[in-house]
Amino acid sequence: MSRETARILALHGGVLVLLFAAQFVLPAYHHGNLARIMVLASYAIGYNILFGYTGLLSLGHALFFAAGMYGMGLGIQHGGWSPAPALLAGIGAGAVVAGALALLALRTTGVAFMIVTLMFAQAGYLTILYYGEYTRGDEGFVLQTAQRMLWGIDLSDPTNRYFAAFTLFALCLCLSLWLVRAPFGRVLVAIRENEDRVQMLGYDTHAHKLGAMVISGTISAAAGAAYGLLFGYVGASFGSVQYSIFPLLWVLLGGAGTVLGPFIGALFMFYLIDLSSGLTTAYMLIAGVVLVALTMFAPQGLVGELRRRFWKGLP
Amino acid sequence: MELGPYILLASLEGAVTAAVLALTAVGLSLVFGVMRVVNIAHGEFFMLGAVIAWWVANSVGGHPAIGFAVALIVAPVLVGALAAMADMTILKRLNYDPERTIVATIGLLYILQQLTLMTYGPDARPVEAPFNQRIALPWIEHTQAGWQMYYPWGLSTTTYKLAVIGAAAAVLGGVWAMMARTRIGLLMRATQADRDMALASGIPVEKVYALVFGIGAGLAALAAVLIVPIQQAHYLMGADPLLLSFIVVIIGGLGSLPGTVVAALLIGLSDGIISVFFSPTLAKILATLLVGLVLVFRPRGLFGTRAP
Repeated sequence: MSRETARILALHGGVLVLLFAAQFVLPAYHHGNLARIMVLASYAIGYNILFGYTGLLSLGHALFFAAGMYGMGLGIQHGGWSPAPALLAGIGAGAVVAGALALLALRTTGVAFMIVTLMFAQAGYLTILYYGEYTRGDEGFVLQTAQRMLWGIDLSDPTNRYFAAFTLFALCLCLSLWLVRAPFGRVLVAIRENEDRVQMLGYDTHAHKLGAMVISGTISAAAGAAYGLLFGYVGASFGSVQYSIFPLLWVLLGGAGTVLGPFIGALFMFYLIDLSSGLTTAYMLIAGVVLVALTMFAPQGLVGELRRRFWKGLP
Repeated sequence: MELGPYILLASLEGAVTAAVLALTAVGLSLVFGVMRVVNIAHGEFFMLGAVIAWWVANSVGGHPAIGFAVALIVAPVLVGALAAMADMTILKRLNYDPERTIVATIGLLYILQQLTLMTYGPDARPVEAPFNQRIALPWIEHTQAGWQMYYPWGLSTTTYKLAVIGAAAAVLGGVWAMMARTRIGLLMRATQADRDMALASGIPVEKVYALVFGIGAGLAALAAVLIVPIQQAHYLMGADPLLLSFIVVIIGGLGSLPGTVVAALLIGLSDGIISVFFSPTLAKILATLLVGLVLVFRPRGLFGTRAP
């Protein structure tokens, strides 16, 4: 193990240890917030694999988040399943949807890719509304405490919930860290930098992009399923355009193409909105200003700036 | 009502939708054609047009027609100036990079929407039409007694709706004349054809960009002023025009103005007729899927000559 690898493991391991320890010291309010942030950060990690590492800007990830959430929620609500198979169903639904969308959308690039993903996600959102009889549309449905017992563990209890969110986040973080340092991830980064050259070197770029999109969509779906299960609510608003914009915002803020960026971005944005919602109800104004300011002044994001200035090898 | 008159009524309503949609979409198409910028905030410029129209109509006293006439000039000019300012302060600094401008215009969308919410409030407010006489329409039908003309109940339109269609056609003609017959149109077309070459020939490309972005937003605002007596002004009203304009611009071929107008007629009319038979949500699902599939399998659009 080289010194660089040791430093990288120490940093990411350290963050996980800190997050694990935080539950014993944080007051109840921030304890709950952090659980939520870790699930949302898992969603952002999924988004980052496609956007940050592969260089494909999707405006339709809410489709995968919602696929996971409804795959899980409908299984519990209408199928009467227990949470474990329901979670798997949600993740599977996300993988299938991501694969299908990838086969279509990857025929396009650049601006067309963004619009195609946006349109299919919008069609998915409208479909959720159309079948309101089962999905309860915008109103959504609540999962009762009795429906949220995973192997006898009550997921509505704050301590268990924090631990479940932490487990999901740690899994996603480790997967992401391993992936981007593995040969497959290296090829993704190379595609982001110059797709033609990678193709000329003999790599099947389409297969790599397809793989990246399925992995990205599956992680997003896992986050969606976990969000519904941990917080006991499934609703159509999680499939709306806003929920496609949020991971983009978090990743841009934290630093696209960095492993810790999605978490830092989600943490920062969550507390920015939390603090500003005390001042105004129009909290999306803050999101808008941050988006514009970021694209203008710091396209690298927080962790990206850190990498540029201090630590060139940070994954 | 019988099916025949019902469809006539639906196509009349569809023609109004198509007229307004054509104006909005031509604005979006112009911006994309000349600047290669996908403006996600276009719907919010539409919404601002409607809100400013309400504000002007309320502060100008006298006959409603006076307030409306003032709004017809003030709203597009104000919105156009705001857009040109946004172009010069934000988009120019991003070097019109396609992906970064999309993210920035999404930010702009939220800023405009939320600022309107904070100042104008969450209510939907109407603007009174300058004139609004009801015209009953006749229908001819073959009965046992031979061909008969009668006035079916509910089959009617208003003078204002007809005026909207006429005004939109006139403005579209004006846009065409500007692009094809004037010097500024020539500069725009030169910039569209080859930005670097235009710059080398001494065309002030940055000013042309600001102007095009302003005109594009102004057209959306104008369309909103025309529709606001029929549909009320609301801070979230920009979403549907944005989606529909996207559909129209993509089906018509990105950057092709005649294609955009034809597609607007197609979508506007079929939207009116389809919503007679299907639920509006299902119609929207089909429309969004259609756009996605057109982009995947025929990226040039139905009338366009080049891929985006």
